Amino acid sequence: MNDVAETDDRPVALVGAGVASAAGALEADLRALRYEVVPFRLDRVPDRAPASLAVLAITGALVACVRASEELRRTSEALPILWVVEPPDLGALDRHGGLFDDFVRSPYAAPELDARLRRLRRAAGEGSADMLRIGRLEMDPGSYRASVDGRPLKLTYMEYELLRFLASRPGRIHTREAILRGVWGYDYYGGMRTVDVHVRRLRAKLGQEHGRMIETVRGVGYGLTDRG
Amino acid sequence: MIEAERDFVLKQAEERDIRFVQLWFSDVLGQLKAFAIPVEELPEALSEGASFDGASIEGFSRADEADMIAMPVPRTFNSLPWRPEKAGVARMFCDILTADGEPFEGDPRRVLKRSMDRVRELGFTPYVGAELDFFLLAGPDDPTPIDSGSYFDLTPLDSANDLRRGVLIYLEALGIPVKDSHHEDAMSQHGVDLRHADALTIADSLMSFRLVVKEVARELGSYATFMPKPIEGVQGSGLHAHLSLYEGERNAFFDPTDEYYLSKVGRMFLAGLLTHAREMTAITNQWVNSYKRLVPGFEAPTHVSWGTRTRATLARVPLAKRGKESSCRVEYRAPDPGCNPYLMLAVILAAGVEGIRGELELPPEALANHIEAAAAGADVGLTPLPDTLPEALDAMRHSELVRGVLGDHLFEWFLANKVAEWAEHKRHVTALEIERYLPRL
Repeated sequence: MNDVAETDDRPVALVGAGVASAAGALEADLRALRYEVVPFRLDRVPDRAPASLAVLAITGALVACVRASEELRRTSEALPILWVVEPPDLGALDRHGGLFDDFVRSPYAAPELDARLRRLRRAAGEGSADMLRIGRLEMDPGSYRASVDGRPLKLTYMEYELLRFLASRPGRIHTREAILRGVWGYDYYGGMRTVDVHVRRLRAKLGQEHGRMIETVRGVGYGLTDRG
Repeated sequence: MIEAERDFVLKQAEERDIRFVQLWFSDVLGQLKAFAIPVEELPEALSEGASFDGASIEGFSRADEADMIAMPVPRTFNSLPWRPEKAGVARMFCDILTADGEPFEGDPRRVLKRSMDRVRELGFTPYVGAELDFFLLAGPDDPTPIDSGSYFDLTPLDSANDLRRGVLIYLEALGIPVKDSHHEDAMSQHGVDLRHADALTIADSLMSFRLVVKEVARELGSYATFMPKPIEGVQGSGLHAHLSLYEGERNAFFDPTDEYYLSKVGRMFLAGLLTHAREMTAITNQWVNSYKRLVPGFEAPTHVSWGTRTRATLARVPLAKRGKESSCRVEYRAPDPGCNPYLMLAVILAAGVEGIRGELELPPEALANHIEAAAAGADVGLTPLPDTLPEALDAMRHSELVRGVLGDHLFEWFLANKVAEWAEHKRHVTALEIERYLPRL
């Protein structure tokens, strides 16, 4: 039960780049977005790597990246691939459309990178493909449907995402910081107390009987249990 | 992330059988504006926004650009609980863009976000709780309290309870948690505390709140008003802002060793509010009628002052329960519920930020007897708040702070609009004048 999920929730990103400087900056940005970064050499593509996605910096290494992407497609078919592309290489995108799932133009803004990676992970169905059932709570991430005791909950987007975050890791306690990062992303006006505000709203919507499903651990954070 | 949010809105609109989506925004004076689009137009509205004629909105019109774009904010999507379950109606708040897709400088929501950015530059997140009053009256042209006198018979005994219950249910459905709801001192007056949230959420919530209350009152056959002083001789309606700044999970206003539990940051912030109080009063109290509330004897502030217990001070530091960190805050008591919540919070936060930047010194707590004496006209060294709207406009006119927060366009428009409001009022010969002067002169 009370293991505090802090680092082990991080999605893993494979990062390949032909130029060391490009790799360094990209890895730093991904770490800032709370990815666990696993660098690889373009000529040594990891086989069946347990990763959420792969990010390849095309800078100065188009040919090597094309080969690496082909290799990834062959060995890890379901792994989403994001290309980071410099303007001179944009023309090459058309020719290699099947080798990446999305791209960002370099230099990119961190929130854009964040948004595109999240979208890829969501499209890949990471942690969200299946119906979630915890106690009387049911969530269908495909349609954003949520119900308790069969009663549909009318949630806002952020309430839904918070509940999904907690429900997909039942029994674990998360710090406010981990929740804020995982649900809101790092670029948000609301700050840490936003988590408390939304937990209160969720409890109200879950109703008296089921509000206790969301557990507060004083001085630590929140978790979801099948109690209540 | 925004794409996931849009996807959520589209799927939930279908799931909840939504037929129309209202796009909400605020005009410069804080009036809620809305237009509805059929759900079929939702995908386009989410990606490109929806155009409307800005010339018809107070403070938006500029000769060179009438076409404006309302860009809905997907995370504010919510179904309206007073509309039918089947073929329902939802709403989203919008950011306002010019026809070129640039943020519109006259958009009050943007003004508040900019002001919050300045707080963030100092490393803080501003949180706000709001405590506001309103009256339940017979109608928009009849300020008779409904729970008194002859109207007592016209409405069921517990209409006020029905109202409070109805308001709570709708607010909860809209995701606006309410801390407390109670009958205020004056007849037919009610007060509600909105739980604290980040400043932008609270401003949005206040816009929703005013609509919800009016909606429920209408269902009950009465009329709710947020007019600051609808009835002479009884308390007016205030909107007290409870402010705190957080640094991560820590309340930066809290210091367990201080006699008021107020940290240095809290003291400087409060000093900023007091220093700039006069120049921002036109924004916090924007109507001619607002100044009829700011008079002695009704727990409304009349002078620039702060205290812990006295309720007639401009600002209050409620003594935190046993020094509880999360309840440590500064309460600013001038605003009334007729204000534009976005602009009100934007200027207040900016004044507090100025206090922190300038490391302003907090003057000593005002004593109750000083406040009484000042209200009675004695000079005890307290600066009076503006007495009338034109006085407040004069103070604002020279304010670099308010100009900076509002931006030139909004600042100029606001002054011109309010000067015109006063001119119209000044021309009006009141009933009191006829009553007093006609027999004597």
